[in-house]
Amino acid sequence: MEQLELKDYLRETNLIHARLVALMIILGVLTSILILRVWYLQIYQFQRFNVLSTDNRVRLIPVPPVRGQIYDRNGKVLAENIPVFTLEILPSEVADLDALLDDIAKIVEVSPHEISKFKSQVQARPDFELQILKLNLNEEEVARLVVNQHRFVGAHVQARLQRYYPYGGELVHVLGYVGRINQRELESIDRKRYKGTEYIGKLGIEAKYEDFLLGEVGFEQVETNAHGRIVRTIDRDPPISGQDIYLNIDADLQVKARQYLEGRRGSVVAIEPDTGAVLAFVSNPVYDPNKFVNGIDHRSYNALRDDINRPLLNRALNGRYAPGSTIKGLVSLAGLQNGWSSNAVVTCPGYFQLKGSSHRYRCWNRGGHGPTNMLESIMQSCDVFYYQLANFLGIDKLHEFLNRFGVGQQTGIDLIGEPSGLMPSREWKQRVRKNPWYPGETVITGIGQGYMLTTPLQLASVTGTLANRGRRIEPRLVSRLTRVVGAEGEVQSQQLNGRVLDALDIDVADFDQVIEAMQAVLSNPRGTARRAGLDAQYSIAGKTGTAQVVAIAQGAEYDESKLSEFQKDHALFVAFAPVEKPRIAVSVIVENGGSGSAAAAPVARKVMDYYLLGIDADQPAQPAVAAHNTGSAN
Amino acid sequence: MPRLKIDLPLFFGLLLLSAVSLVILWSAGGEQSVIVRNQAIRITVAFTGMLIVAQVRPDTWFRWSPYIYGVGMVMLLLVLIVGYTGKGAQRWLDLGLIRFQPSELMKIGVPMMLAWVLARRPLPPSTPSLFYAGAILALPAILILRQPDLGTTIMIVMSGTLIIFLAGFAWRSIGKLALLGAIAAPFLWQLLRDYQKQRILTLFDPWSDPLGAGYHSIQSMIAIGSGGMQGRGWTQGSQSQLEFIPERHTDFIFSVFSEEFGFIGVLLLFTLYVAITARGLYIAFYTQDTYSRLLAGSLSMTFFFYVFVNVGMVAGLLPVVGVPLPLISYGGTSMVTLMAGFGILMGIQNHRSLMSR
Repeated sequence: MEQLELKDYLRETNLIHARLVALMIILGVLTSILILRVWYLQIYQFQRFNVLSTDNRVRLIPVPPVRGQIYDRNGKVLAENIPVFTLEILPSEVADLDALLDDIAKIVEVSPHEISKFKSQVQARPDFELQILKLNLNEEEVARLVVNQHRFVGAHVQARLQRYYPYGGELVHVLGYVGRINQRELESIDRKRYKGTEYIGKLGIEAKYEDFLLGEVGFEQVETNAHGRIVRTIDRDPPISGQDIYLNIDADLQVKARQYLEGRRGSVVAIEPDTGAVLAFVSNPVYDPNKFVNGIDHRSYNALRDDINRPLLNRALNGRYAPGSTIKGLVSLAGLQNGWSSNAVVTCPGYFQLKGSSHRYRCWNRGGHGPTNMLESIMQSCDVFYYQLANFLGIDKLHEFLNRFGVGQQTGIDLIGEPSGLMPSREWKQRVRKNPWYPGETVITGIGQGYMLTTPLQLASVTGTLANRGRRIEPRLVSRLTRVVGAEGEVQSQQLNGRVLDALDIDVADFDQVIEAMQAVLSNPRGTARRAGLDAQYSIAGKTGTAQVVAIAQGAEYDESKLSEFQKDHALFVAFAPVEKPRIAVSVIVENGGSGSAAAAPVARKVMDYYLLGIDADQPAQPAVAAHNTGSAN
Repeated sequence: MPRLKIDLPLFFGLLLLSAVSLVILWSAGGEQSVIVRNQAIRITVAFTGMLIVAQVRPDTWFRWSPYIYGVGMVMLLLVLIVGYTGKGAQRWLDLGLIRFQPSELMKIGVPMMLAWVLARRPLPPSTPSLFYAGAILALPAILILRQPDLGTTIMIVMSGTLIIFLAGFAWRSIGKLALLGAIAAPFLWQLLRDYQKQRILTLFDPWSDPLGAGYHSIQSMIAIGSGGMQGRGWTQGSQSQLEFIPERHTDFIFSVFSEEFGFIGVLLLFTLYVAITARGLYIAFYTQDTYSRLLAGSLSMTFFFYVFVNVGMVAGLLPVVGVPLPLISYGGTSMVTLMAGFGILMGIQNHRSLMSR
């Protein structure tokens, strides 16, 4: 090292050594001070602090926030919080727990199930936390308990808010539900935020928007007497309520759409094409979310789980169906983009054969459609035309084009666990099936069969993109979040819009040709959905579809008639209206409904009539506005 | 292959402390595995950092000292201009990938710079050298105080003062300064913020306002006191578990520890801390060059001052300033810095012969 001035190395060493020794001494002195202080607190003053600790009269009690409510687009309440009374016990105040439980059981009914649940809670949690013994006390029980309060030291009647879904099952596949926080969730949440809160969103909007709905926990510093009862509140840091959520869903339309399914398994998804707002999101059958809030009992749950109609399955979101002929409009568009002339005529003899193969791919019309152009192929849903067109395009172009439209891709809706569906490709086949792609598979992809899988939501979204002439937008269930800020009850609102995912660069004239053909499906006397299009007061573009059921419902115990019912084809229909300025895009799937034109198309028509005109097809005599049923529909 | 440079006594002492940290955090964090896991990740990162730093020769640090200090000063200025504000104080610099707290860099940069300056001059330092050193110390201290971060300011001033003390600052001058400080105290009092004044007043009589300013102090003392000789047992402290204690897994973790492990546990913990500090002073004693001696002595003793200030504040001896219990409190940044300090100590110990002259 360089030296700036002359240094006396030995002298410096001695100097620093002396200082280091001084530091050693300081270290000793400071350590002694700390030890003395801790000794003073822990040994000398132990009695005093021990008493102070056990008598500690000041407690910090968490005050849970009120969970945000959920409304539909017209302000109808879909999820609210209602007060309920619970019987809770603070174990640290109780001398003999079993004796207390016996005494209580003489006054209010406590089931063995409730007792065992309570006891396992007591074991798992510290004894200075309140544990729930009985939920939902009725007024009489509350009165009896309060009168006899002096006999039950350690038992507390508490008023709590509980989640309630006034529409019952109607919106369960949208809202989901809240439930008690379980052990696994306890591990992953920020426990500080959930102090005093017992419920957490498990599914649907309740889970997806948990962070916004929850709010911020508050604290109360309270002074208690020797029994732990609160004498007075010293300080208060109030909780902040969760944000309210307004959905794009129209609750009336939602209820009606499910009604139009007439109890059949299936789904209806309606989207406003321009904004991506989801107007209705129906999956039938449904179940009552209110039963899940405080934990459903095993028998009821097993019954739901084992129900052959699978009510727990959210078909609109998670159901995966072959799109069938509903995809033909898009395949036509793919053709127009890749050099297929709109005037090209394919002669349909009722079947199609690949060169050098004897296998016949059949048209649904065994007799054949004869010479067919693009308009007629969509209108009459000619399969042979699309076998030919798909073969012309090849799987690579089909895959590329349909993928850009969103087939086989998540729509990006604001729900958890959306599947992507499947748009097959050579690469996919090689990777997953470890096999090369065969030309025959391209042929059936042209009519939406084979490996292709879409969800009802995806079909509605794709139809919306078609209605938008290529503007792809994320579907959105939630329209806005609101919260109260300031003391004056001022409301702050945050709008959540779906993102525009893509604006496809496709000739508008090509769109118009396909849409014109889809209009003919309903308006032309030879269209497949002519009956559903009868006397329409607005222009509709639509496409029927039928999806073969690949897997047969398992289990030999079902009788023959049941089995054959579950083997019937799924009926599909997609549509949007009015064609000039689309306000609604719908996808309808009726499981095992048979043909799309007979089972699915009429449902879509009724949904559009109700939304666009306010006409309720099931009650034609009365004006629809007066017929709205907003009550509970359990 | 070159041998991994490591000091085993320090290494095992720190490992033991880290184990204590994880054990007490399980209890203080409300038995959340995520807290223990995060801390374990931090410990792993910090140990890795320490082992890397330990491979660097002290003469490299000597050469880098002015640059580290210079970069630190630039960053401190940047923080005041464009820094990110968290918890009401402006301490963070957003570097895109990570957020960085320049004041942490200065915990090492300031003693390095002072050691570099003083080691190149004859010791004990002349009066001009002292003024020069004083300026080097005061500039970053003022900037950090303005963030405001009183705890870090105190620790940085402490580390710098230790260098100057080790360099042979005359005892007589120390006495004069102490006298001056006593006279200036009333004026300095005026400079404190209201909440800081409150904390100092509370120290003298916490029971005057048991539910207000004295609340934390009293609850913390009750927790320590009720631990007794043997403690209430792991996860059994009612004061800790009932959340009477504020910041119980960060700054006030010592009160959780002493409530649950008692006086015996506290003595064992102090033994560990003193052993680690003493090992550091031992390294300072037996190293061969002035720069390494000054730096090693300062880093070791600063580590102990963390313990002293934290325990002092939790046990009601010192006012409440935000200083964590080193290597035990939950939190990452200060741990990485401390461990880097120990890395430097290990480097000094292992390159002793290289630096001899």
